[in-house]
Amino acid sequence: MKPAALIPAYDIEGIRAQFPILKELVHGKPLVYFDNAATSQKPRRVIKAESAYYATINANVHRGVHTLSTKATEAQEAAREAIRKHINAKHAHEVIFTSGTTASINLAAAGLGQLLLKKGDEVVISGMEHHSNIVPWQLACERYGATLKAIPISDSGEWDLSIADSLIADSPNCKILATSHVSNTLGTINPAKQLITKAKKRGIVTVVDGAQAIAHLNVNVQDLDCDLYAFSGHKAYGPTGTGVLYGREVLLERMPPWQGGGEMIDTVTLEKSTWAKLPFKFEAGTPHIAGIIGLGEAIRWMEDYDKEAMATHEHLLLEHATKGLLTIDGLRIIGTAKEKVGVISFAIDGVHHYDLGTLLDQQGIAVRTGHHCTQPLMGRFGVSGTTRVSFACFNTVEEVEGMVAATRKAVKMLR
Amino acid sequence: MSLAQTQQELISEFALFTDWQDRYEHLIELGKDLPLIAPEHKVDANLVRGCQSRVWLHAVQQGDVVHFTADSDAMITKGIVALLVRVYTGRAPQEILNASTEFIDRIGLRAHLSPNRANGLSAMIDQMKRYALAFSA
Repeated sequence: MKPAALIPAYDIEGIRAQFPILKELVHGKPLVYFDNAATSQKPRRVIKAESAYYATINANVHRGVHTLSTKATEAQEAAREAIRKHINAKHAHEVIFTSGTTASINLAAAGLGQLLLKKGDEVVISGMEHHSNIVPWQLACERYGATLKAIPISDSGEWDLSIADSLIADSPNCKILATSHVSNTLGTINPAKQLITKAKKRGIVTVVDGAQAIAHLNVNVQDLDCDLYAFSGHKAYGPTGTGVLYGREVLLERMPPWQGGGEMIDTVTLEKSTWAKLPFKFEAGTPHIAGIIGLGEAIRWMEDYDKEAMATHEHLLLEHATKGLLTIDGLRIIGTAKEKVGVISFAIDGVHHYDLGTLLDQQGIAVRTGHHCTQPLMGRFGVSGTTRVSFACFNTVEEVEGMVAATRKAVKMLR
Repeated sequence: MSLAQTQQELISEFALFTDWQDRYEHLIELGKDLPLIAPEHKVDANLVRGCQSRVWLHAVQQGDVVHFTADSDAMITKGIVALLVRVYTGRAPQEILNASTEFIDRIGLRAHLSPNRANGLSAMIDQMKRYALAFSA
C-alpha cells in the first residue's frame, strides 16, 4: 500500500528528498525516524538558511550601524514576522524569541508569578503536562504561597472537563490556567479553546504549552484567545535552541522583565534602569540569531508545503500504526483520545520499554522510551514508562509497517 | 582466569555472532545466568541511578575479593549487568578499580556506554567501582 495512492496530492518522495538525514544508515539499515515529538528532522532549506547567516551576514542584531548588522537584523525580524503571520498574532512585537518552550514557560511563570500571584491563589495545570509546564509553576507557587492544582486525566487520556470547569469556575482564587495544546506523551489534542473561553470569563490569565502543536495543527492565537502561547522551533523543523513566547500585548506590557542585560533596556543608570519596548524587554542578550533565521525558514517551509496536507498524512500514519500495533499480543495503547496528533505511546505485557527501544534501534528505528518527562501521567496510568512513536510529514506507511514488524520481532526475542 | 582473560573470553564469545539478533539473544541468555540479588537487598537503596530500567546491585567482600549480585526489570540491561558481574566478581578491589572497560566496545555494545540518561552501563560500572573503592579502604 503506497501513501501516494491514498493521498494523491501528497508528494511524499518530494518531501523526503528535502531531509538530508533520511539518507543516513543506522546499524547498516535505513534510518526510520519516529521520534519527532522529541525533535523533528530539518529540511535542507532550514540548514542552509542557518549556515548562510554565518557565511554571509553574521553580525549582532539591533546594534551596529554597519551593513551586516542591518542585514542580520532584517533577517531576524523577517523571521519574527513569519511567525506572527503563522500563528496569527496581531503584532510582531508579541512574538518573543526564547531558547525553547522550557524557557518560554519559565519566562511566563516568573513574570505572571510576580505580577499576579499572592498567598492563597491557585494555578491550574493538567495531569498530562510535560515537566516543563509543571515545575516552573511549582517554583512560582512556592515563591508566592500559591497552590498548584491539576485537571485529572480520563482513562482515554483526556481532560476531565467537569472537574476542569469546577477548578476554573468555582474557585475565585484561580489566577492562571497553564495547559498543553497537545500532549507529548499521549498525542491528545486538548479542547484548549473551550477551556480558555471559560477561564476568560473569570478573568483568569491563560497560558498554552504549544510545543507539540506547532508542527501539526493550525495554531491561531487570536482564535484561541489565549494570553500566552509557548513553543519550540526544533519540534517544528527548525533549529534547536530556538523558541517563542507569544503574548498578548497588554499583558506583556504589564509583565516585568525576566532576565536583565543588554538589548532589553531603554536607559541604565547605576540606580535604576528602564525597559526597552516590546519585544526587546524580554530578549536580554544576543539572541540565537542563526537559529531564529532558521526557524523563520522552517515556518515558511511548512507553509510552502501545505501544513494541512501534512496533518492529513500524519493522521493516516496514526491510524495505520494504531491498527498495526494493536495486532501485537499484550500491547496496550496509552492515550486513546478521539482527537490525536501522530503520537502513540504503548506498553507491552512482559516487555520493558528499554529493551524494546534498544531492539528497535538495532533495526534502524528511532523511538522514544521512558517517562517522556511526564512522570505524573505515568503514575496516572500505572506504568514506569512507555515506548512512544511520533510521526512527522516525511514518514511513510511503509516505515510504519516496518516498525510494527520490527516490534513483533523484538517482542518474540524478549518473551 | 584473570580479569583481562575473562574480558577476552567475552570478546571471543561475542565475535561468533555476525548479526545483531544473535548478539542480543546471547546477551539476554547471559542475563538468565546472573547471580541474582537476594530479595532483602533488592531495595531502592541499591538501585543504580542513571538507568532507564531499574537495576539493583549489591556487593559483599569475601576474604580479599568482592562478590556482586544484581537484577534488573529489563532483559537487555540484565544481560549487561551479567557481563559486568562475570568480569568483576571474585576480584580484588584494586583489580576492579584498575580494570579497563574497553571490552564493552569490542563486543559491539558501545551504544550502551554513551553518557545518555537512558542507558546506565557507565552508571553500573561506576557503582561497582565505588563498592571496590569502599572495600579497598
